[in-house]
Amino acid sequence: MDPQPEPVSYICGDCGMENTLKPGDVIQCRECGYRILYKKRTRRIIQYEAR
Amino acid sequence: MSDFDSEAMADAGVENPKLPPHLELRRTRVLCKADAPTSTDTVQYSGAYASLGVDNSLRFDDFRNNFRVQVNRISHEDMEFDMVGVDPSIANALRRILLAELPTMAIEKVLIANNTSVVQDEVLAHRLGLIPIKVDPRLFDYLSENDTSNEKNTIVFKLHVRCAERGQRLTATSNELTWLPKGSELLKTSESLTSTSKPETYTSFTCSQDSMPEFAGNPISVYPDIIIAKLGFGQEIELEAHAVKGVGKTHAKWSPVATCWYRMLPEVVLTEEIEGKKAELLKQKCPANVFEIEDLADGRKRATVARPRACTLCRECIRDGDDWEKRVSLRRVKDHFIFTIESTGALPPEVLFTEAVKILEDKCERVISDLS
Repeated sequence: MDPQPEPVSYICGDCGMENTLKPGDVIQCRECGYRILYKKRTRRIIQYEAR
Repeated sequence: MSDFDSEAMADAGVENPKLPPHLELRRTRVLCKADAPTSTDTVQYSGAYASLGVDNSLRFDDFRNNFRVQVNRISHEDMEFDMVGVDPSIANALRRILLAELPTMAIEKVLIANNTSVVQDEVLAHRLGLIPIKVDPRLFDYLSENDTSNEKNTIVFKLHVRCAERGQRLTATSNELTWLPKGSELLKTSESLTSTSKPETYTSFTCSQDSMPEFAGNPISVYPDIIIAKLGFGQEIELEAHAVKGVGKTHAKWSPVATCWYRMLPEVVLTEEIEGKKAELLKQKCPANVFEIEDLADGRKRATVARPRACTLCRECIRDGDDWEKRVSLRRVKDHFIFTIESTGALPPEVLFTEAVKILEDKCERVISDLS
């Protein structure tokens, strides 16, 4: 196991606020208390055909 | 008989006897009856009227003398003109070339780095593809399958918008697409990337496009104020769009015209005098307001055809019974086309038309060389 698990940032499903969580943290938005948080999208480039 | 008729007959020459009026009418006009139009086809066969001693062959000199183009209305994005003295097949060929075979530049590849908006990536890419790009496509080459994108065949745009204000909505419009004359800025993250080679981008421009004389001080832009997406708080779109040259038959986004159409010149003839109540009724029947009432010297009122061009051929005026069909004759002139071109903005409409003529010319030359 990794000694220092990296904090991951999530997006609140209600207010859109960015939240940084570590393992064991309560899954709740710090801004509005909403309990659904979304993982961020990949920064990898995805190519689409404009058709 | 209209002016056009007498003109056509004067041009027919001394040698060639005239057709009797009823046949000439059927040759040059579509007759629109209450139920259906008649004499809709064009008479092609040279010997169609041979028994009357009339030569119906198509002569180049006749075409040269009779063909005429007159521009009625023109602006930077649309035009209307009359094209007189051609076969419908030629007019239609030009229309179809304008729609499907004139090249333009359009966004074809969209590289999305981030999109947290509610518009899905595929939908966003499709929307971007439809945005007209204001650039002369003649300055670019086609990008073929095994070509790499370079400054001669690709235009790169960047879009990076983010709604940073709480409780606000941000509308991303096409104005936010910025041209990248130096090519793509996104780096390829390929597995084969060795430490020695410098990072590759998605294009391989050898020089900046704004150093080319055509674009120096004349940046490439897109049609402004087209809404791409609406963003809520925290939502972000970051992407690169690569535009390439193409034609409308591949995909409608490459069509240089919003639309392009023609209609035949309407001709409205009153076959008998229509006076008094009937004249009022006729004027009131027509939704396109073709007819006008004329006051005669002795106090009578007579209907006249004031605006035949406005006629949409709705046939309202000949609907109520046979007697109306006898009074009003609705016709269309078979070789007179009112052509309308609406450009999407890449090229002005008059340039589009001349380019279409060039393409038709090329096609004809190809046929000739195939036959010889």
